[in-house]
Amino acid sequence: MVEVTKLIHKYLRHDKKFPHVWCPGCGIGIMLGALVRAIDRVGYSKDEIVMVSGIGCTGRLPVYVDFNTLHTTHGRALAFGTGVKLANPNLKVIVVMGDGDAVAIGGNHFIHAARRNIDITAIILNNSVYGMTGGQFSPTTPYGMKTTTTVYSNVEQAFKISELAVTAGAVFVARGTVYHAKLLDGLMEKAFLKVGFSVVEVISHCHTQFGRLNRMGSAVEMMQWQREHAVTVEKARQMKEKELQDKFKIGVLVDRELPVYQDEYEKVRKWSQGVVKK
Amino acid sequence: MKTRKGIEVSIAASIAAKLARVEVIAAYPITPQTHIVEHLAEIVAEGELDAIYINVESEYSAMSACCGAAAAGARTFTSTSAQGLELMHEILFIASGMRFPIVMATVNRALSSPLSIWGDHSDVMAARDTGWIVLFCENGQEVVDSIIMAYKMGEDRRVLLPVMVNLDGFSLSHVIEPIELPSQKEVDEFLPPYNPLYTLHPDKPVTMGAYGMPELYTEAKYAQETAIINSKKVIIDVMDEFGKKFGRYYKPVETYNTDKADFVFIGLGSVNENIKTAIDDLKTQGKEAGLINLRLFRPFPSDELMSALQGKKKVAVIERVMPGGAKNSPLYNEIASLAFANRMTLKMENYIVGLGGRDVLPEDFQQIYNEMAAKEKAEKVKKDKNYTVMRVRA
Repeated sequence: MVEVTKLIHKYLRHDKKFPHVWCPGCGIGIMLGALVRAIDRVGYSKDEIVMVSGIGCTGRLPVYVDFNTLHTTHGRALAFGTGVKLANPNLKVIVVMGDGDAVAIGGNHFIHAARRNIDITAIILNNSVYGMTGGQFSPTTPYGMKTTTTVYSNVEQAFKISELAVTAGAVFVARGTVYHAKLLDGLMEKAFLKVGFSVVEVISHCHTQFGRLNRMGSAVEMMQWQREHAVTVEKARQMKEKELQDKFKIGVLVDRELPVYQDEYEKVRKWSQGVVKK
Repeated sequence: MKTRKGIEVSIAASIAAKLARVEVIAAYPITPQTHIVEHLAEIVAEGELDAIYINVESEYSAMSACCGAAAAGARTFTSTSAQGLELMHEILFIASGMRFPIVMATVNRALSSPLSIWGDHSDVMAARDTGWIVLFCENGQEVVDSIIMAYKMGEDRRVLLPVMVNLDGFSLSHVIEPIELPSQKEVDEFLPPYNPLYTLHPDKPVTMGAYGMPELYTEAKYAQETAIINSKKVIIDVMDEFGKKFGRYYKPVETYNTDKADFVFIGLGSVNENIKTAIDDLKTQGKEAGLINLRLFRPFPSDELMSALQGKKKVAVIERVMPGGAKNSPLYNEIASLAFANRMTLKMENYIVGLGGRDVLPEDFQQIYNEMAAKEKAEKVKKDKNYTVMRVRA
């Protein structure tokens, strides 16, 4: 077994949960690898991590990892995670969601967690579609694309998850792809180390549903699409707006300092108890 | 005889909605409901149905959009399951309170937690008292017929209430059954276009759902309650009219082999087909059991159930939901209350089966029969519980 695989296996629940549910060629496995490598690099112990998930293909991820895991309802993972973090701020709360989980049914929780700037890392796998239920429209389905509920063409505009997170107030927002796996490792590591609400959007593919309906080819071809359409933030600065039209930026989009919820809350507690004057 | 066609029940359900000429469909994907709405999306996209299909961001929005569309005078349809139905919960009351005849196909599935995508009745039973007319279906043909009838029931000016058509997840929704699909012409003759009493329209503005102050709220709710109780007559009329038109007659409460038997099962949904098989098997052994099938659950068909129970001695109430700390599961409690009010003494047992998709076999019902026939009190019933959970590993 190669070293990198050994490392992943160190963090998996070997005894019971395999084989997994993902299709061969799915990007979630690559994301899981990046997640594990980043956690290993940061040096968190397995027991100080709480991984929270909702429902969907991505929502299955915590089933396979040997951390504390909380499996919740569709869209509510961040709200559950908020409760975990408030009850025990020493825990490292990582919330993994798909695009449907994060910005459709759970969109409200997402923007409010960002606004609140609570110290949670949200990892969002964006594959433009509801994979598990059979390829239905999601709010990140691009305009003009097919899904099983937009049979000819999607007539709505898609959410840009990272830009939404930036606007909503997240202190760290990064976008990667499952093709750029090494970059993804680094983005996740930075997100974990950042205090405050951090978001990593992972552009992935659903060749089984979205790819098939839109004739985008195999998983490999869809990953090639990612390579061709992703532009690093650094490179994008040199490019003209016109050149960037059908591209998306990858890398760190925002890394800023804003008051963190737990710290602010602690301050208020101290004022109210008269320990510290305002 | 008309031709029956082998078709997946979910697809047939969506065709029924199409035949009913629904105008607005708002839905959010959830297993096992997805095939219904996917196929409707296709029907709309292909131009086979002149309707709007909205991909909303949650079930909460799906039901809200249906309410909005109904308020504007459109015939609306949606479908959901389990968590989706619970997420809609608040809006279920809005739909019934504002008297919108929305029709929803509820593909019954277990509620989390633990997470299960498989069938049981915990979803509908948590939403049973929301002021909706609630129908249960035993097979695919009933699903098709019920959806078509539901519009006629709900839209009747004497009713004006939403209707929920329940079909069991997977064990009914995903099976292929021989189903007779009526023609558009026949359905059009049976079901006229929706003619709402009040709509939001600039020519004649109205207010819907405004504040009900303490001096009004009770009256509004009393009127609504009267409407759902009185809806039973309309429901029966619609079922009769449907029978005359299409040759398939339905009743709020249906019976199977109850004439000879003083032992009856009472059940909801597709489990009743297995009970019927068990009854046939028991017959070959010289044992007589009957089935009381509740097609209508809300309004509760008390009179019909009372007549079906006349002369019966032992009753096994079969349910696919845990009592959740209640004395018994909901159907048992309701029948017990009915029996008490009518001074009826029944030897009645509550059996909980098929939770979260666990198999329910005809043998299970034979076992129930034998248990109850053999002893005055079934031995398996634990002292601290008033019900038996079949096949549980306690």
